[in-house]
Amino acid sequence: MKKSIILSALFGLLVNTSLLANTAPKKSPKAQKSIKLKADVDNGGLTLPKGIGALVVADGLGKARHLAVAPNGDVYVRLNKLVNGKGTVVLKDTDGDGKADQNTSFGNFLGTGIVIGNGYLYASSDTSVVRYPMKDGKVDEAAGETIVTGLEHYSEHGSKSIELDDKGHLYVTFGAPSNACQEKNRQKGSKGMDPCPILEWHGGIWQFDANKKNQKQADGVRYATGLRNVVGLDWNKQQGELYAMQHGRDQLNTMFSTLYNAEQNAELPSEEFCLVKKGSDFGWPYCYHDRFQNKKMLAPEYGGDGKIQERCEGKDQPIMAFPAHWAPNALLFYTGNLLPAKYKNGAFICFHGSWNRAPLKQGGYFVAFVPFGKNGKPSGEYEVFAEGFAGGSEIKNPNEAKARPMGLAQGPDGSLYISDSVKGKVWRVIKN
Amino acid sequence: MFKYIVTGLLLVGMLGSAVSARYGQKNTIHKAIQADSGQLVYENYCLACHQEDGSGVPNLNPPLIQNEWVLGDSVRLIKVVLNGLKGVEVAGESYSNEMPSHDFLSDKDIANVLTYIRKSFGNKANAITPAMVKMQRAKK
Ligand code: HEC
Repeated sequence: MKKSIILSALFGLLVNTSLLANTAPKKSPKAQKSIKLKADVDNGGLTLPKGIGALVVADGLGKARHLAVAPNGDVYVRLNKLVNGKGTVVLKDTDGDGKADQNTSFGNFLGTGIVIGNGYLYASSDTSVVRYPMKDGKVDEAAGETIVTGLEHYSEHGSKSIELDDKGHLYVTFGAPSNACQEKNRQKGSKGMDPCPILEWHGGIWQFDANKKNQKQADGVRYATGLRNVVGLDWNKQQGELYAMQHGRDQLNTMFSTLYNAEQNAELPSEEFCLVKKGSDFGWPYCYHDRFQNKKMLAPEYGGDGKIQERCEGKDQPIMAFPAHWAPNALLFYTGNLLPAKYKNGAFICFHGSWNRAPLKQGGYFVAFVPFGKNGKPSGEYEVFAEGFAGGSEIKNPNEAKARPMGLAQGPDGSLYISDSVKGKVWRVIKN
Repeated sequence: MFKYIVTGLLLVGMLGSAVSARYGQKNTIHKAIQADSGQLVYENYCLACHQEDGSGVPNLNPPLIQNEWVLGDSVRLIKVVLNGLKGVEVAGESYSNEMPSHDFLSDKDIANVLTYIRKSFGNKANAITPAMVKMQRAKK
């Protein structure tokens, strides 16, 4: 039995390594020292600002979600579908050219969240958070322990993103299994539940003790509410604050065709960049953000008509509002020194790309950069940082996209890593 | 900056009236393209999730192209639209969104939209009639 496990593990390793063969040609150990990190000639298909390049670390990993980089430079990628029965891929670059030449995997659970901190690697499934002690960048799988457990399984907005602060807390997102808290989800004519019972356990961010085993959701604190679905979040160390990206609701026009036409649905509501404080309430499902009026509006399920605010007047506002449906799936405050100084302490955001903007073309499918001031607020407009993921210039149906940016991580040298959810590509963005 | 947004909005608004002739939900328009109302029902109620070409949205909404649900048993297909669907795998993939019930559509609209998807996106299967939908609705 044991033997066969070892054998199959070895086999898995072989298979995995051969998968990488096209991106990582074998190098003789002698050549190791002289190999330098440099961008791919085509920047791995990405278009980037001048002076910045990218190389493909690995490709074909599977349905990649978030990723994290260990202090030794090893890259850990979470998968949303198991590959060879494993849910976390470990990419190792042994010769310093940036390309992964070892690919192993561990953990028999799929999911989204991953974060490294306090000497541990934390990984989430849709129903739990597990952590493993790390030493020299290596995970001790056998010493894994469950930190949060027994979470309710649901598929819509069910993925759990996670983040650590510097005060011993773990943050877990609980997306709402619903579009707008209707009695019947996404069904035309079905009323919004008032009050929305979903908010008791979902539609927010919960805070847990990062070091306590086997916590249930009830052991955590509902840190913020009124957040329909957050996939990207980051603890900003300079500010000592949590920031999160909220996915706005879908289908204003198909649910309320007399109030909104298809073009209005394509532009409403905003995707919100939120400074999340303890007790924040961003208004979902009662409210949505309209970036043209720069206000929270009453949702039509609750009697809104696109013009009235009512109970939404006092809800927390985003610090920045983005076009609708772009699906911000990762947020990262850059603290490195590798990229030009303008990027330091600003925010990178992965827009996974929209599906609900027809008849207009889809939007997103790029990584944005938002400059930040010392006050912890954006100091200018967002700019496109990396694009070209999808392949074509116009995406009509999301299925056409060759790649979609999904996760962000910063390496120890200040490199920026980006994961792709379609085939499982990982880019490393560096100075050219 | 603000000016651009306003002109942009105006433009979108103007464009809107032209485009909504194709994608809009007004009954007057329904009548104008009656001949092809299966497509119109699709555009109004299904396209958002399953996309214009039926290719779906990876991990969220399944494609309607060449799969057993669309081409196979008509009773099962009618039930998907009447009752909605959640938590099943389609061609080995799971999808996190939920297919809502569309029982508010008339027998004729459901028959037309199902016939439309059974004969579009490269699919070839028999038409669905309003009588078949009526029978399933009665059983519900
Ligand atoms: C809110 C998004 C949404 C809308 C609107 C929607 N669907 Fe679906 N549909 C789904 C999802 C999600 C599934 C898969 C559910 C599952 O996996 O359990 C699905 C499944 C199906 C299936 C079976 C699986 C397949 O891929 O063939 C058919 C057929 C279908 N839908 C047809 C329709 C038709 C016809 C309409 C319009 C009348 C429609 N859908 C509207 C989301 C939607």
